[in-house]
Amino acid sequence: MGGEGTVSDEAIIRTQGLTKHYVLGAETVRAVRGVDLVIERGEFVAIMGPSGSGKSTFMNMIGCLDTPTEGQYWLNGQLVSDLSDDQLARVRNRQIGFVFQTFNLLPRATALHNVELPLIYAGIGSRERRRRAMEKLELVGLGDRMGHKPPELSGGQRQRVAVARALVNEPALLLADEPTGNLDSETSGEIMNQFEQLNEQGQTIVIVTHEHDIAQHARRQVHLHDGHIARDFLNEVAESTA
Amino acid sequence: MLVFEIVMVAMGAVRANILRSVLTTLGIVIGIAAVITMVALGEGAQERVQAEINRMGTTVLTIRPGQQFSMGVSRGDAEMSIEDAIALRVESEGLLTVSPEQSSRLQVAYKRWNSNTQIMGVWPEYFDIYNHQLQAGRFFNQGEVQGRRRVAVLGYNLPETLGDTPPEVLIGETIQLRGIPFEVIGVLAEKGDAAFIRPDDQIFVPQSTAQYRVMGGRDRLGSIYAATETTEQLDMAFAEIDRILRREHRLKAGEDADFNIRNSADLLATFNETNQTFTMLLAGIAGVSLLVGGIGIMNIMLVSVTERTREIGIRKALGATRRAIMTQFLVEALFLCVIGGILGVAAGYGAAEMMTRIAQWDTSVAPGAVGAAIGFSAAVGLFFGMWPARRAALLDPIDALRYE
Repeated sequence: MGGEGTVSDEAIIRTQGLTKHYVLGAETVRAVRGVDLVIERGEFVAIMGPSGSGKSTFMNMIGCLDTPTEGQYWLNGQLVSDLSDDQLARVRNRQIGFVFQTFNLLPRATALHNVELPLIYAGIGSRERRRRAMEKLELVGLGDRMGHKPPELSGGQRQRVAVARALVNEPALLLADEPTGNLDSETSGEIMNQFEQLNEQGQTIVIVTHEHDIAQHARRQVHLHDGHIARDFLNEVAESTA
Repeated sequence: MLVFEIVMVAMGAVRANILRSVLTTLGIVIGIAAVITMVALGEGAQERVQAEINRMGTTVLTIRPGQQFSMGVSRGDAEMSIEDAIALRVESEGLLTVSPEQSSRLQVAYKRWNSNTQIMGVWPEYFDIYNHQLQAGRFFNQGEVQGRRRVAVLGYNLPETLGDTPPEVLIGETIQLRGIPFEVIGVLAEKGDAAFIRPDDQIFVPQSTAQYRVMGGRDRLGSIYAATETTEQLDMAFAEIDRILRREHRLKAGEDADFNIRNSADLLATFNETNQTFTMLLAGIAGVSLLVGGIGIMNIMLVSVTERTREIGIRKALGATRRAIMTQFLVEALFLCVIGGILGVAAGYGAAEMMTRIAQWDTSVAPGAVGAAIGFSAAVGLFFGMWPARRAALLDPIDALRYE
């Protein structure tokens, strides 16, 4: 590989003229209109914007769930905007850890099995899977809840299982879509603190949110409006991140 | 993704909806059970007939009078006389063991017991041709045929019919055939049913005695039996019989024969053909039920895919490739069908056993049929699981994740 598709810099995300058009009936929806964005390794970025701003579409492309109509996207140095579905699946598996608003855990599987899931698709043997999954569950403070199934866990605990699952493959990028949207403010704070800790240990994190106080936990905010970047700025250093 | 994990996931899904899985599988179970039972019945009937024909003798040719034609118009049944039998014995020069048969159902009386029984007028060679054994007494001989002696050899079941008298006691006793006294000189060992004849229920007397003393001098024979030493001699025997009888009946060259020569192998072939048609028909019906079962599997797999759209979305987001998703659902369908196939074989085997025990039908479950049935149910699973699995594999992860 290598060659023209590889850019050897510290950027985890680099987009160039990233564009996405949908055909909805007779209309063409121009959801994302040429976004250029660079996110370096170790950054903690909040992508904000009202509904209809194109942030979900942008996130789907960043998360390799969707491919752009135009433009390029390099993830961790690899050009991924032209990959096939199955190649994208492998990129998601190895480079990205997802945290969703609705948790998206398998309800019938235990917390441990849920966390093991990405490792199964990575083809890792069962003993190693178990070890790594347990390690990440300990990390998020659920070492004593491994055998529980999602319906037996609280919302905050479920989201922490999801965080453990997102981290288990040691991804280049932790991508969270409204991670606190279904949580009360206290639990939301816990999850965001967890993110901050992870970021301090060097984890690159991108969260998509429409809540300003959540975005305050990040170090940088990127505001989307009508498919363009409207504002892109660093947060004031808060007193908690010393 | 590791194969073991895929199988575990598929089995987990089957277990999670256990009632639905069982009901779905039932279609396959019934289909396979029907196939196994039908084939077992056909197979059993065939083995039974094969055994009967072997018992009847594979080197025996049966000669029966045929229809006589003159310019294409039937002149009624031709006749076969004792002269024909004698000619065959003398002129075949040792190739054939020959016995005529002249039979009639008559009233048999012994003391106060009465029975309506098939009386067979034959030569002593008859016992040889059909390899009859004695359990008491002796066969009659050629001298007794010449002398038209009133002696009788009883079939295996006769002592029981005649008042449950022990065979040894019956030897030397007098029985009445249509009121005519006969001396019992022998009782045969058990023979079992041979195709179309029940020798165990028959009484054998010298042919001449039957002709002149019992059947009123009529010399029309029912059949002539001719046996060779080996099956290789059958073709030659066939030609010899044809030649001798044509001359006896003064038939011109090219004229249709007024007799039929039948070989037990022909009988077997005819039966097998009928039986095979029948088996195919039943297997076809069973196949249709399997098809219906397969559609049931497809239906439930489609429901399963729809129900688990979100799960598929999660798995895809976490890095499951199309092949991994497809394999997961195919294995699930395959698992349902193969379990159904195995249960179906067991049920079919049980049904065949029951038919044997209760209805006394002969059945035989061939190992080949078992393998084919399980293989076929696996094929049904693959075929009907393919489309739902493909649908699952091609789901867009974004839509699937959004699915409620």
